[in-house]
Formats: sequence, C-alpha cells, structure tokens
Amino acid sequence: MKKHNTFIVAAAVTAAVIAAFWLLLAAPGYSGNEINMTRGVTTMSAINYQLHMIVLWICVVIGVIVFSAMFFSIVLHRKSRNHEAAQFTHSTKAEIIWTVIPILILVVIAVPATKALVKMEVAPETEMTVKITGFQWRWKYHYVEDDIQFISSLDSISNAARRLSSGIDPRSVDNYLLEVDHPLVLPADTKIKFLITADDVIHSWWVPALGWKRDAVPGFINEAWTEIMEPGTYRGQCAELCGKDHGFMPIVLKVLPKAQYRKWVQGQKNRMDDERSEVERLWSREELMELGEDVYAAQCAACHQADGMGLAPAFPALAGSAVTNGPVSAHIDVVLHGREGTAMQAWGSMLSAADIAAALTYTRNSFGNKSGDVVQPQTISRIKNGKIHRK
Amino acid sequence: MSKQNTHSHANAHDHQDHKPTGFVNRWLFTTNHKDIGTLYLILALVMFFFGGAMAMIIRAELFMPGLQLVEPDFFNQMTTMHALIMIFGAVMPAWVGLANWMIPMMIGAPDMALPRLNNWSFWILPFAFAMLISTLFMDSGGPAAGWTMYPPLSLQGGQSFAFVVFSIHMMGISSIMGSINIIATIMNMRAPGMTLLRMPLFVWTWLITAFLLIAVMPVLAGAVTMLLTDHFFATSFFNAAGGGDPVMFQHIFWFFGHPEVYILILPAFGVVSEIIPTFARKPLFGYSAMVYATASIAFLSFIVWAHHMFTVGMPLTAGLFFMYATMLIAVPTGVKIFNWVSTMWKGSMSFETPMLFALGFVVLFTIGGLSGLMLALASVDLQYHDSYFVVAHFHYVLVPGSIFALMAGTYYWLPKWTGRMYSEKWGKIHFWLSAISVNILFFPQHYLGLAGMPRRIPDYSTQFTDFNMISSIGGFIFGASQLIFLGVIIHCVYQSRKPASSRVWEGAKGLEWTLSSPPPYHSFNTPPVIDATTIAHAEGTY
Repeated sequence: MKKHNTFIVAAAVTAAVIAAFWLLLAAPGYSGNEINMTRGVTTMSAINYQLHMIVLWICVVIGVIVFSAMFFSIVLHRKSRNHEAAQFTHSTKAEIIWTVIPILILVVIAVPATKALVKMEVAPETEMTVKITGFQWRWKYHYVEDDIQFISSLDSISNAARRLSSGIDPRSVDNYLLEVDHPLVLPADTKIKFLITADDVIHSWWVPALGWKRDAVPGFINEAWTEIMEPGTYRGQCAELCGKDHGFMPIVLKVLPKAQYRKWVQGQKNRMDDERSEVERLWSREELMELGEDVYAAQCAACHQADGMGLAPAFPALAGSAVTNGPVSAHIDVVLHGREGTAMQAWGSMLSAADIAAALTYTRNSFGNKSGDVVQPQTISRIKNGKIHRK
Repeated sequence: MSKQNTHSHANAHDHQDHKPTGFVNRWLFTTNHKDIGTLYLILALVMFFFGGAMAMIIRAELFMPGLQLVEPDFFNQMTTMHALIMIFGAVMPAWVGLANWMIPMMIGAPDMALPRLNNWSFWILPFAFAMLISTLFMDSGGPAAGWTMYPPLSLQGGQSFAFVVFSIHMMGISSIMGSINIIATIMNMRAPGMTLLRMPLFVWTWLITAFLLIAVMPVLAGAVTMLLTDHFFATSFFNAAGGGDPVMFQHIFWFFGHPEVYILILPAFGVVSEIIPTFARKPLFGYSAMVYATASIAFLSFIVWAHHMFTVGMPLTAGLFFMYATMLIAVPTGVKIFNWVSTMWKGSMSFETPMLFALGFVVLFTIGGLSGLMLALASVDLQYHDSYFVVAHFHYVLVPGSIFALMAGTYYWLPKWTGRMYSEKWGKIHFWLSAISVNILFFPQHYLGLAGMPRRIPDYSTQFTDFNMISSIGGFIFGASQLIFLGVIIHCVYQSRKPASSRVWEGAKGLEWTLSSPPPYHSFNTPPVIDATTIAHAEGTY
C-alpha cells in the first residue's frame, strides 16, 4: 500500500513545493519582482489590462476544473485501489456539452476583445503627430508639426556596461539598458498620432505603459495613437529582432504637463536654429575632432568599434581602410547614402551636417588614419541640399 | 525486390534472422521500416542534444544581466540554430521515426509502401544538418535572424545564408517524401478489415500530419528561395526599395509556419491517445470525435496564420477574422483534452513511465493551450507579442507538449523495439526531474514577458534578474535530466536483462502488441485477422 501511494505523495509534494516557491517569489511586495502586465497610463493600456485579466481568470477556472477532474480520477480510479475499469467509449450528450460550452465562453471573450481591437484600430482625431523611424540600433523621432527631430540611442553608461566582460556591474547602472541619451518628450492629456516606419530592417516600438507595440517596417508606415494621462517617465524596448544590438535599443518617454511641454518645444526650436547657424561658419579642426569623437562613440562605435577595428566580417575596420584614407568625396558618399545590402545606414537624413562633418573629420584622422582632411559642416550641408554635385 | 519475393515463399519464422549483413548493407542501404525508424530516432536524439546544448548557452548567458559569455551576434546565432535544429532536426525526425517503426505494425503491413524512397528520405537529413551546422564555423557565422528568417534582416547575413537555404530545401524534400510514403502506406497497406475508422489514433494523426506537410513544405521552399534570389541575384521580392514587400514574406512564412506547429503536435495527440487507454485499461473515449477534432485543427491551421502578425499592421476586419479563427481552435483542442480526461475517468489506472509522461503532457500542454487562447486576442497580443510570454507559451506546447509525448512514446514502445524492459526506476526519476524542472524553466518566463521583457535579447534590464536566474537553473536541471533519458535508452538496448513479453503492458491493445518483442524483421508477412480483441479502438461492430 505504501508503494502505491508514492505517486500521490510525489505529485502533492511537487505541487506544494512549486506553489510555495511561486507565491514567495512572485509576491511583488516581497521581492520587487513584477509578475503581471502593467495597467499602464493610457485608455488602451487599461482596456488591454482588463481584457488580459478577464481571459487569464477564465483560463485559470477552466484549468482548475479540468485538472481537478483529472486528479480526482488519478486518485480514485487507480489499479492500486482495485478500481474496476468501466468500459464506456462515448457519450453524445457529454460531447455536445463540452463543445457548446467552450463556444459560449469564446463568445463571451470575443465581445470585449472585439471592442478593444476596434478602439485600438479606429484612431480618434489627434492633436499632434510624431514620426518614429527605427534603424539599427536607435530610434529617430520627428515632431511633424514643430519640425523637431533627433536620434535617441542607448545612453553611454549602459553602453559601456553592456560590453562583453565589461567589468561594470549592471546593477550599479541606473535603468540599465533602459536609458537613452535623448528621450521622446510628449505632452500629457493630448491625443497623439504616431507614424511608425523603419529605414533598414524591421523593428518594433514597444512601451508597455502605452498598452501596445507596433512594428516598424521599411517601406510601410504604420499608424498608432495614444493619449497619456499621467506625466512621468516610461520605458520600453525594441521588440522585433533587428540584428546584433536588438537588445540595446531602448525607448524612453518623458511625458510632461502641456505647459512644460511647450517650453521644451521652444528650447528644441532654438537648438535647431543654433545648429543651422553653426553649419554656416567655418569650424576649427580641434572643434570637429572633439565633436567627432562624441558622434563616433554614440553612432558609429557599435559596429566599427571604439578602436576603429570593426567586427569582421560584417562590420569593416575604419583603421587603415581605403575609404577613410581615400578620396574624401567617396567617404562622404558612403556616410550620407549608406551601403545597400549592409548594415551601413544612410546617415544623411539621420544626423546634422555638423555631426556628419565632425565624424568624417574624426575617422579620417584617428585610429592611425592620417589623411589630414578637415570636412566642414557647410560642405556636407551643400551636398545634402544638392548644391554641390557628388563626384 | 527479388530478394523479398523469394522470402515471401519461405516460412514466416525464418524472417527474423534474414537481416542484411554488414554495417553498410544494414544501415546505409536499408529499406527496412524498423531500421530506418531507428536511424531517424537516433538522428533526432543527437539533434536534441545539439539543440539542447545551444539552449544551455542561451540560458547561461541570460543567467545574469550583463554579457558574460558570448557576443550578441553569436547569441542570435544560438537562438536561431536552437529553433531550426529542435524543430527540423529533433521533433520532426523523431515523429517520422516513430511513424516508420509503428505505422506498418499498427495497420498490419509488412513494411512501408515505398522502401527505397524511405531510405532516401532519411539519408538526406544527416547531410542537411551537417550543412546547417557547418555555417556556424564559416566566416560570416550561422544564421542569426531568428528561425523565422524575416527579411530584410536575414538578407544582411553573409555567404553562409546560401547553405542555410539549401539545407532547408533538403529537409523539405525529405519531409515531403516521408509524407508521401506515410500516406501511400496508410492508404494501401492496411490489413483487410482495418478500415479507416478502426485505425489507431497515432496512424490517424500522422495521416493528417502528412497531408499538412505536403501542403506547406513547398510554401517554405518558395519563401526561402525568394530570400535566396533577393540575397544573391538582386531580385526584390521582399526589398521595399526595389518595389518588394517585406510583409509578404511574413504572410508566406506563416502560411507554412502555423500548419508547421501542428505538424509538431498532432502526432503527439496520437501517441497520448494510445497510451492513456492502455494504462487506464479502458477504451479511448470518443474515438471518432478525436479523429474529427484532429481534422478540424488541421483545417483551421490554414486560416489563422496572421495571428503571428497582429503587430505588423493589418486592416481591422482582417484582425478580427484572424482573432476569431484562432479562438475557434480552442474548441477541437478542448474536445481532445476532455476526451483524454474522460478516458481516465472510472478507469483502472497505473502509472508506469509512459503514462506519467502522457499525464504530464495533458496538464502542461493544456497550460500552453490556455496561454494560446490569451494570445489569440488581437488587442492584448499587442502587449504579449514578441515578449517572453510568447516564449513561455510555445515552449509549454513544444517541450512538455511534443517532447514529453515523444518521450512517452519512446518509453511505451521501447520494450517492443528491443525485446527488453527499460529501467522503470530511472524512467520515473527522469520523468519527475523533467516535469519539475520544465516548470521552473518556463513558468517564470510568463512573468518576464508580462513585465515587459522582449524575446531574443542577449542581455536585460536588472529588474528581470530573479526570474531569469530561476529560469536558467530550471534549464540546467532539465538539460541534465535528459542525460538520464539517454542512459535509460542505452541501458535498455545493450544491458537490460529483463525480457519484454509481446504485449508488454497489461492493458495494451492494437496489432503491434500481437507481434513478438522484438518484432520480426518484416512485420506482418500475412495480414493479421482484425477483430475487437486485437485492435486498439473497437468502436462499433465487427
């Protein structure tokens, strides 16, 4: 008899250990571990959270009923208890019941699920538009009405800590891998339309607090909308595998009250005006090298590496390369227009003329490259505007 | 052929010993369904450990935040190859191996209908996988764009991509030929009286699976061929800049991909439907409902593909259609689960290792099925999609789903194949370690996904640390437990002294149990008599 009960004891102990284990570790108050979907800060995220909870509990109830019947049977209808096997093979009544009831449950789930999808897909009138462009491995944000644009990349502290065997403990970094240099700043209580696309491969823009993600597909513009009810900072990540640094492409939203947001917009406009006048003056070699070093670290080093040695075979070295030491016009061409079929971006539309000029100057005079060339922002600006013909 | 003809005149008892002699004749040139089945199963086991080793690298890197072991690009190669090897190298060949061994014995046939084709279907595979794995050692590295190979990312891969595409073509050819063989065998080789609705469910589920394979493998071949020409011959099927459409690839891929996941699970339904009645000592409940449910699931698998693409963007009506169609799958799947539970109900159950794995399958597959229902809801899927919640979902249906069913089937039929009993004690230890560790491995991944961790990332923010650590520990225990499985099989094949009877299990029914253990080299030289006492599912009259 003792042996016969081993199974029940083993099953019960297993279940108890696993349950206790989860209760202990899963209790958010106890361990700080989040285990459930966020309620978020938008109408859509709240709707999705509710739908998630409804269907989760329906699943739990179904699971409990099915497993109870099964374990009841396992405990009672055993050979070791000398239970005689019945020989019935079917029951039309039972089979109809357990086909019809699940269909009814599905209908019950389908009603809120349909409403939620309609709400998501049918956008209301929006008050502003942000165009989001994903590219390897950063996001570009363009505020369509205010004509502000900038690139948002992983911040430098996380970027240093995330290197293989960096020696930096990720726990010592605030918001490790979820911090960017330039967050997307948005106003609260405003209906915002997003136009989401990509420049190279498919990415996916996901901030859980907004309640959805949308793929950024090259050649397509996806629409999504939101209205964020609480000011604050919300974090997310790229959710579609997009190459080696897919895991290092965070999104940070900084949501400000409307008045503060207007101030921020004015600041950005001033910055962009400054940049425009900066392009027209002649820069010194030292200025360009200094800015170039920063731009290189933020934009280029992910592939070409901090020492310019690249990562064979996909990412070529810049140290001693024919491009960085050859004619400057060819180098400018590659940087502005990218190289098709490789991860090299067309940076012309991504970075300012000053940034590009500085990066060019820096790469042509670093890593042992000694071209001595100085590329002026106005040269880049004129090429971009078609005032100088390439080649 | 002439050799076989002379045999059929000889006394049936002779056949057992007329195996081809010599290693090359016996294995390389074999046309015997059992030998080819064994080859398939060995390949699957080798690939299972290969793919498992990659999973161990993945879980080791994810044990802590920060990168400790591998570069992100190599990590992506690991996730991609782990999936390709487990799907095409472990689970699919294992099912074909079981089909080869069992289908002729279950329907009262001497062998498969097309023995030479059978040989070729198998022997393509070692070359396909050698080629696939060799890409890891090439300059441009292995494929790193995920097993879904979405362009444009997959087109950024180097020259090795051509090898990946060619190996997928070879796997596809092998699968199609294997399926043709299985369909031909089932349609033409059944013993008199073995009508379609008297076939064991494993045979039924494989028949339906074979049709799925023939329908979708050419679709995959087309998709990867277009990738090949986009990459190397400057076509623009999927290149937006050239007028192509990257989303079209996803539609084509998932038109293959969704039936593919049912290819991995339908034979599992079959195996479990054989094992539960045996150890409940009670006929399968609702045999014909099970057959119709399988067919319905197979049909639905063709009209739900875009539920993998809710975040890609699609018209509202398309989103609603794919959501409703996906939810419908719950109905036939529910029928199956209720029927298994009803088969246990009022039975006289005992809990040998095959039964334990089958019960583990029913419970854990149901959990995976329920999370599948949650994923079907298009609007919430915008949160779940591409997060660890999805990783948890499909590993629940594949690992304690397909793989537990494969292990159940292995333990169930191993004594029949070898003529010896395996070690029940070590089989049970294998089950309990696997069943507990698989939950430690995959359950926390639900939490990770809901809390916002995307899939396919080599490093993560520190708030995900605890559950990743637990998941990795579960992964290491699960990985190590599978060495017990290997040990039990090797022990049974070479060392076990305990002979198996022809019926092996007290409650076993079906034609395979009327043959000796091990069975004769050519299963049934004269068609067996079919009656209610010999076949597994005796619904109706004789």
